[in-house]
Amino acid sequence: MNITKYIAQAILVGLMFAAGAAHALTEQDMMALSSGDNDQRIAKLATVVTAGDASVIPFLNSLENDEVKYTGKKVYIVNDKGTVDAATGLAVALPDDAQDVINNNRMRNKLDAAIAALNLESTDAAVRLQAAKTLSQSDAGESTLALVKKAEKIEKNPEVHELLVEIRASIELLSGDPAVRMQSARDLAGSTSSDVKDLLASRLLPGGETDPDVRKVIAAAMHTIDKRLSYYEAAGTVFTGLSLGSVLLLAALGLAITYGLMGVINMAHGEMMMLGAYATYVVQNLFRHYLPQWFDAYVIVAIPVAFVVTGLVGIALERTVIRHLYGRPLETLLATWGISLILMQLVRTLFGAQNVEVENPGWMSGGVHLASNLVLPYNRITIILFAFAVLLLVWGLLNKTRLGLFVRAVTQNRKMAGCVGVNTARIDAWAFGLGSSIAGLAGVALSQIGNVGPDLGKTYIVDSFMVVVVGGVGQLAGTVYAGLGLGIISKYMEGFTGPVMAKIIVLVIIIIFIQKRPQGIFALKGRSVD
Amino acid sequence: MSSRYQPMLLRLMGNSRWRGYAAAIFFLCILMPVLNLVVPPGNLLHVSDFTISIGGKMLCYAMVALAMDLIWGYTGILSLGHGVFFAMGGYAFGMYLMRQIGTDGSYHSNLPDFMVFLDWKAYPWYWTGTSHFLFALLLVVLVPGLLALVFGWFAFRSRIKGVYFSIITQAMTYAFMLLFFRNETGFGGNNGFTDFRRILGIPIATSEMRMTLFALSGLTLLAMLWMSRYIVDSKFGRVLTAIRDAESRVMFSGYNPLHYKLAIWTLSAMMCGVAGALYVPQVGIINPSEMSTSNSIEIAIWAAVGGRGTLIGPLLGAGFVTAAKSWFTASFPEYWLYFLGLLFILSTLFLPEGMIGLFRKLMEKRKLMGKSR
Amino acid sequence: MNTRRTFIKSVSALAAGLALMTGSLMAQAAGKPPIKVGILHSLSGTMAISETALKNMALMTIDDINKHGGVLGRKLEPVVVDPASNWPLFAEKARELLAKDKVAVVFGCWTSVSRKSVLPVFRELDGLLFYPVQYEGEELERNVFYTGAAPNQQAIPAVEYLMSKDGGSAKRFVLLGTDYVYPRTTNKILRAFLHSKGVADSDIMEEYTPFGFSDYQTIIAKIKKFASEGKKTAVISTINGDSNVPFYKELGNQGIKAKDLPVVAFSVGEEELRGVDTKPLVGQLAAWNYFMTLNNPVNKAWKKEWAAYVKKHNLPEPALTNDPMEATWVGIHMWAQAVEKAGTTDVDKVIPAVGGQKFKAPDGFTIEMDPKNHHLHKPVFVGEVRADGQFNVVWKTPGPIKAQPWSPYIPGNDKKKDEPDPK
Repeated sequence: MNITKYIAQAILVGLMFAAGAAHALTEQDMMALSSGDNDQRIAKLATVVTAGDASVIPFLNSLENDEVKYTGKKVYIVNDKGTVDAATGLAVALPDDAQDVINNNRMRNKLDAAIAALNLESTDAAVRLQAAKTLSQSDAGESTLALVKKAEKIEKNPEVHELLVEIRASIELLSGDPAVRMQSARDLAGSTSSDVKDLLASRLLPGGETDPDVRKVIAAAMHTIDKRLSYYEAAGTVFTGLSLGSVLLLAALGLAITYGLMGVINMAHGEMMMLGAYATYVVQNLFRHYLPQWFDAYVIVAIPVAFVVTGLVGIALERTVIRHLYGRPLETLLATWGISLILMQLVRTLFGAQNVEVENPGWMSGGVHLASNLVLPYNRITIILFAFAVLLLVWGLLNKTRLGLFVRAVTQNRKMAGCVGVNTARIDAWAFGLGSSIAGLAGVALSQIGNVGPDLGKTYIVDSFMVVVVGGVGQLAGTVYAGLGLGIISKYMEGFTGPVMAKIIVLVIIIIFIQKRPQGIFALKGRSVD
Repeated sequence: MSSRYQPMLLRLMGNSRWRGYAAAIFFLCILMPVLNLVVPPGNLLHVSDFTISIGGKMLCYAMVALAMDLIWGYTGILSLGHGVFFAMGGYAFGMYLMRQIGTDGSYHSNLPDFMVFLDWKAYPWYWTGTSHFLFALLLVVLVPGLLALVFGWFAFRSRIKGVYFSIITQAMTYAFMLLFFRNETGFGGNNGFTDFRRILGIPIATSEMRMTLFALSGLTLLAMLWMSRYIVDSKFGRVLTAIRDAESRVMFSGYNPLHYKLAIWTLSAMMCGVAGALYVPQVGIINPSEMSTSNSIEIAIWAAVGGRGTLIGPLLGAGFVTAAKSWFTASFPEYWLYFLGLLFILSTLFLPEGMIGLFRKLMEKRKLMGKSR
Repeated sequence: MNTRRTFIKSVSALAAGLALMTGSLMAQAAGKPPIKVGILHSLSGTMAISETALKNMALMTIDDINKHGGVLGRKLEPVVVDPASNWPLFAEKARELLAKDKVAVVFGCWTSVSRKSVLPVFRELDGLLFYPVQYEGEELERNVFYTGAAPNQQAIPAVEYLMSKDGGSAKRFVLLGTDYVYPRTTNKILRAFLHSKGVADSDIMEEYTPFGFSDYQTIIAKIKKFASEGKKTAVISTINGDSNVPFYKELGNQGIKAKDLPVVAFSVGEEELRGVDTKPLVGQLAAWNYFMTLNNPVNKAWKKEWAAYVKKHNLPEPALTNDPMEATWVGIHMWAQAVEKAGTTDVDKVIPAVGGQKFKAPDGFTIEMDPKNHHLHKPVFVGEVRADGQFNVVWKTPGPIKAQPWSPYIPGNDKKKDEPDPK
């Protein structure tokens, strides 16, 4: 959704009401647009668009936003500013028997197209661009042709102009004149839109284009577009693989510390992610309640909150339970599994068994539109960047700080580290807390793409262990390669085998791989024997 | 469970005690059916069908716990894949039970209902022969056994051990669960097998059949217990314990741990298969959720709570945890997971030798006190 | 009081109403032993998300019946157990309810597998189960009454709508579901139905995902490609509850709007949308036999009663109602009416009495239990998601339609009897 479009429309609406609803629609027109059979409403809409009077836009917007109600003889607009009589623009009380106007998808499609077509004459280039985009994605229809042609002639902005050519050609592809159809098919060959390809394909079906010459041109145009689209498709696979890989990487990074460095099998790792996600949820609710104007920033605030909360929980667990189990990894596995059950049930008791709603902030909704079949969603892009930021953080902490130095020292030779004055017990607690904190960060990221519920952790626990094991215990680089590699392989396989088999095959590959290289991709070199 | 206590424990539980356990289980197999079938329902001593069905389930779980004890308690290998072997046995016998439905299903077809859904015209090849009772029994031990053999051979050969092995078995469990969830795999997908009618042509939903299965479960458990005891007392069993405590030294002494591990691992899987086969007709359903990773971990906690390396402890653990689950889910549904979670934590922290260890400590204390007096 | 009374039908109910006025029945009800009814819904584990609400609705309905004098002058006493989303435990708990607690009837189950797992128990112990969720059909049991929709009461009307002009005249279909029996069977029936409407196999894409699947990027890319072949495409989703959030989120982020590529879902209702940011979903479709937004006095009274119950018992707010909850409410009332009619709670006498029961349901119709086939006659509504997580009803059947548990689109079913086999 384009904010500027709404602002522009809001201003327009305001102006219209200030001017006392001086627009071209009569009460009968409004009634005909609001009530009755959808076919008749659409026919009426077409006549309104053909008339080309931009002053009807506010009413159409109200209609589109479900603000219009009607009784037997009057039409009302009800929104947060109050109720007005649509014809006079004067504030009135809404009668009890007023009915809602129900727009289904078909009606909404036509309304969008109508509003967009009328907006093509706007003086604001941004509004025109948005209008052209909307129009190119909706079923524009014959009635908008005059407006589009007029706009095409005077449009200076190249981006808008290109879209207008496409829209005009799409409409004219159904023209009665073969020459016009031929020309529009040629014009459409430059497109990168799958909608256009869809349209061209539909003309080649039985009952479509009859003229053999035009058919040939259409087929050629379709082929050109198809070829272009297939490049984007391949790029799309890489991106989705990268995106899945970054999620796996995030989920596994914390584990790379607790398991990889400390050798603690933390089966509650998934629940740490869950806690991070719930922390995000709580922060979101606080923002919604107390700082609604800053809502979009809640994720940024959730990051440190989740980091600290899960870190503290991790330290508490290390001090109370895990500390007693060092050197007994199998027992640790069972005890941490018990912890995970308790954490899950705790969350159920506190927040309910149902999943909770976490809304993407505005800047993470939608995506970069590279081509109609390659949209890179902002939340995925953000998570890929976030994963690498966290990776950098972990690397920095381990390799560039005193704490990291101690952690590495303790993992390499606990006794020696103790001898030179490192407080090993405290380092253990810090390291475990750090691993949990990273899991909490992963939780923040996961809350933006999937469900937030008590079972969130269980979905990722097997995967994240696989990543660490494949990557090689004790190696950050291995975790990175394994996470991204598994992500891309999974997504590539999914294209052929479907998601279920892809997952099974990947697991089998992992099991075989580990038989071949029990130490993972990167093995720690050493001569110790157990 | 540290090795130093092992001989002492065996001495403590001398032969007479073992005979006592055996007699108790045997008695149970006779007494329960009598109380159920002969004593009229109104009577105080009557044992309800409901109690019998829970009891039968527990006996099957006890077999799995025993199998877990052999591999974990005595050999030190924690498997998170025993749920799969259990389910495999269940599915193998379930195939026979599905065949026994005959044309009584909702489509009155020779094929199970779920195959009719999928438009299959004939049984897939891996269903061949499952209509024969004896062949089905063979499958019950062979399928989990073979899977364990192949998986174990690769894993032990690459010297994957400890936690690594546990995690790999968990991955295997997860992969199998996903595979069996698929409808195309040919095992009824998410619904699995259910609605069994007959075994060997005899209706399944009768008190008599339930009793038979119950008694059979009890006797099987008894046989397994004897076999396990024989194994752990033998030289073979000593090597297993040695592998648990110091694998490298065993190797340097000229033994190849691979064979020992592989043998006990496969045997343990086969025991699970038998347990699964007895479990399925008693609970009336087998489906992939039996293979979920949490089920396999729960098996480990049975052994841990009861006391690893004691054979009898895991049986008690299985009974205790299952009974607790039945009671909690009826009385305090929302506290069940708290209880189970605490059980996991507390038993690993404070009861490294489980209930048996606790019991023994109490006995010793009393003995000491008796002496001092 | 007025709308209240409409809930209680038949002559005996009138008597009960009169007795309530004088209060004599209350004393009478207190004297007799209560009738035990079992409630078998998962309160923990993965299915707790959906089933907890049904347990609460069942308890409210029982309260409601008790407030109006109970059944046969006796109070109803609910016995709640938790099968913990564990299918063998469902069978065990069903046996516990029937054999140990001796309940007169059980209301419960959500997933098909849980129903399948308890069936042998109900058959063996001659119990009675009311099952409140839409399901795949292909089953008809003497001991079960199905108050949810069969495929012809949900899936087929929804696809007919998609093929109509208002639904977008779809010519090409993506059948997308979670891999279990309900989607498989529904899609099989739909495929046969689409064939009968002249849709070729090349215009149908079928795709399944595992339970709890959350990464829909690849699948949506596939759907997009499939949709650009020159025919108007629609998606028919039987994705299971949990996976819907990531699915719709991905749709929204990929910029796919309902008007370009409508998605009609059979498992997404008011309760499922509770955990979802619905703004990107506006216009997506769902087909049910009940929507919370239905505007009729019965629904209004019911919603009000539920809201009061939610407040009183401190349940999660806002108080939402949905299709399976309505089916629970209707089922329990129909059972109560049948017991009044039979004059006993004996299962063999109650079963014939349930057939033909009528009840004024919140869906705005007086719906009837089919005299023979153990399914309700239900109206079908198609709704579009609104920004507030509720649905605008854009299409409905003129009246209740009869269930076809044996879909005529599955070969061999034409020979099936439209009633369960006798005992």
